[in-house]
Amino acid sequence: MPSSSKPKAAFFDFACCEGCQLTVLQLEETLLDLLEHVDIVTWREVMTGESESYDVAFCEGSITRERDVERIKKIRETAGILVTLGSCAGIGCHNAVRNKWPVEELLQKVYGTEEVVSDAIPARPITAVVPVDYQVLGCPISLPEFVSVFKHVLTGRKYYPPNQPVCVECKLNDYLCVYEKGMICLGPVTRCGCNAICTSRGDACHGCRGLIENANLNAMVKVFTEMRKLHPIMDAVADRHRPTLEQIRRRFAVYNNWPELKLERGTTHGA
Amino acid sequence: MVRDAKINVHHLTRVEGHGDIVAEIRDGRLEDVKFAVVEAPRFFECFLQGHSYEEVVHIAPRICGICSVSHKSAALKATESALSVEVSRQTRLLRLLAFNGEVIGSHILHAYFLALPDFFDAPSVFPLVQTHKDSVLRGMRLKRLGYDICEVVAGRHTHPVGMIVGGFTCVHSEDDLIALRERIVQGLEDMKETVRLYKSITIPQFERETEYVSLTHPDRYPFYEGAIHSSEGRTISTSDYRTAIREYVVPHSTAKHAKWNRREYMVGALARVNNNFKLLSPTARQAARDLGLEVPCHNPFMNTVAQVVESMHCLEDCVDLIDEMLSHGLVARDESVRVVPRAGVGIGVVEAPRGILFHEYGYDDDGVCIAANHVIPTAQNLANLEADMREYVPQILHGTEEHITHQLEMLVRAYDPCISCSTHVVHLTVR
Repeated sequence: MPSSSKPKAAFFDFACCEGCQLTVLQLEETLLDLLEHVDIVTWREVMTGESESYDVAFCEGSITRERDVERIKKIRETAGILVTLGSCAGIGCHNAVRNKWPVEELLQKVYGTEEVVSDAIPARPITAVVPVDYQVLGCPISLPEFVSVFKHVLTGRKYYPPNQPVCVECKLNDYLCVYEKGMICLGPVTRCGCNAICTSRGDACHGCRGLIENANLNAMVKVFTEMRKLHPIMDAVADRHRPTLEQIRRRFAVYNNWPELKLERGTTHGA
Repeated sequence: MVRDAKINVHHLTRVEGHGDIVAEIRDGRLEDVKFAVVEAPRFFECFLQGHSYEEVVHIAPRICGICSVSHKSAALKATESALSVEVSRQTRLLRLLAFNGEVIGSHILHAYFLALPDFFDAPSVFPLVQTHKDSVLRGMRLKRLGYDICEVVAGRHTHPVGMIVGGFTCVHSEDDLIALRERIVQGLEDMKETVRLYKSITIPQFERETEYVSLTHPDRYPFYEGAIHSSEGRTISTSDYRTAIREYVVPHSTAKHAKWNRREYMVGALARVNNNFKLLSPTARQAARDLGLEVPCHNPFMNTVAQVVESMHCLEDCVDLIDEMLSHGLVARDESVRVVPRAGVGIGVVEAPRGILFHEYGYDDDGVCIAANHVIPTAQNLANLEADMREYVPQILHGTEEHITHQLEMLVRAYDPCISCSTHVVHLTVR
């Protein structure tokens, strides 16, 4: 296949740790296989030179400044297909934790009493600013899902991110439920697709891939705040923590800040 | 010979994060040169406040995807110090192992994929796949090996899993460590080949004496633990870091700069090698000699060579660490100790691949974060980098504008800046 007939791909980053790009680079030899199918024309972190035109844009990070709004809109206009990488781009991730303070106050905290001019705005995911064609979620992304989405892009198929909770993958793998160790785990309401990597290592799910659709959040809150009454498995969690509604809010706020979640103490059925 | 030029490298490529090089040459004289940081603000130190200690150590590695094990380790050490938590010997050894894996992965990423294209006049590693395929594949193998070391210890490299306050929630079997050890021993051959590759490369000649700051330790090359040392002959306890390292705002830059004994200092691989040469493994010391790295070395371009030397050391150290763990027998289960929240302040200092890194947290009675401070390697290097640029440009004015620009780009890359890391760094116009 002559190289000119390959789609042109570009990588862009906004406010983030750039860990999703690095995860793509960890494809190593497989990345060379992908290069058989696309020409990478812009990727600031790994190459010098850039192109004004491209077919597919891979974008990571959150939108945190006015100028980034303009930049992502231009990328959207240029690219036929826009793929977001990671939870900063998909759900706002940690970047949006700061939204509970006004921008002016944050600048004050960083620069003390000096008067400053900044175009910082409340942080938001790319998905809240422009329409997005494909999303790879996670903090960081999972490589098998990236490769799968990449194939969907090349073949023009729609990709539906899995819509089951992490518990499904956790149980299929026969991992120990970390509630038994007394850990606060958000697996029951968090979108899977990570193959339950955190619980596979006996760690808790912190919700990095965002919520499943129609997640019953208030039931999840009830599980944590009234747990002893609900099921014996929760005794370990109750022994170790006595989570308040505020603590549960904080745990959800590690990743899920856009839009702001309305959590209430066990007011709904279904727990 | 360049008489008048305005050099403006917008968003320097092949570095982590966004930075611009701006230089002005008038009448054959350098008027001004700076490295401006234009990374989007992220405000970690603000928004960590209000989160529990468990969440703080979960979020902190997300400061940077390249050095997330370093940030994780600094956050864990600071938090464990604040909460008076003692970890097991095995936890310490596993953390040292993961740390080596990160240093190898990060250094190889820089030495092969970010810096190397400059020496072959290529815009990126991609054309080198055609012209220097063996080297590219070797770089990939070594980088993967570094990250796989992290994966065995902590599930993955970027944002490690199961490293919590008090220890590890999961420890792999001895068989996994034995298999990893075999791969590391094989990797040493690739590392020797890397030394030969770098021996064939001409590093730009430029020297400027400066202050070098790193951790130091009585008996092991210090990445994870030690005291703070300056090449000016001063060593202080990590708890005194605020009395030594001064961060300050400069009018032309949006990033805070740092100083200690001199007006600027350098951190990173070259600083560590200069301050701790004797603690390197014999093979790594030999590699340094083969590559013309004699301490003290005052050529910042040699930082990349120092990274190659350190990668050699880290690979060998991994073998020693695994042997030590196997000799004690591995406890392959959740071996984290129970943590009881309490009020306290703690400081965690480690050597991230790019230099000395400070995390400090204050917690209330419930273990909720009430104060956070991070001092990031790249921010500490900015003043030194600009001092290098001011001295280097007059030495290369005989070249073309293109040559000067390329040399400046290479100089910045030699520092391997990690700009996303620089959480202090905020792009603002001060009115």
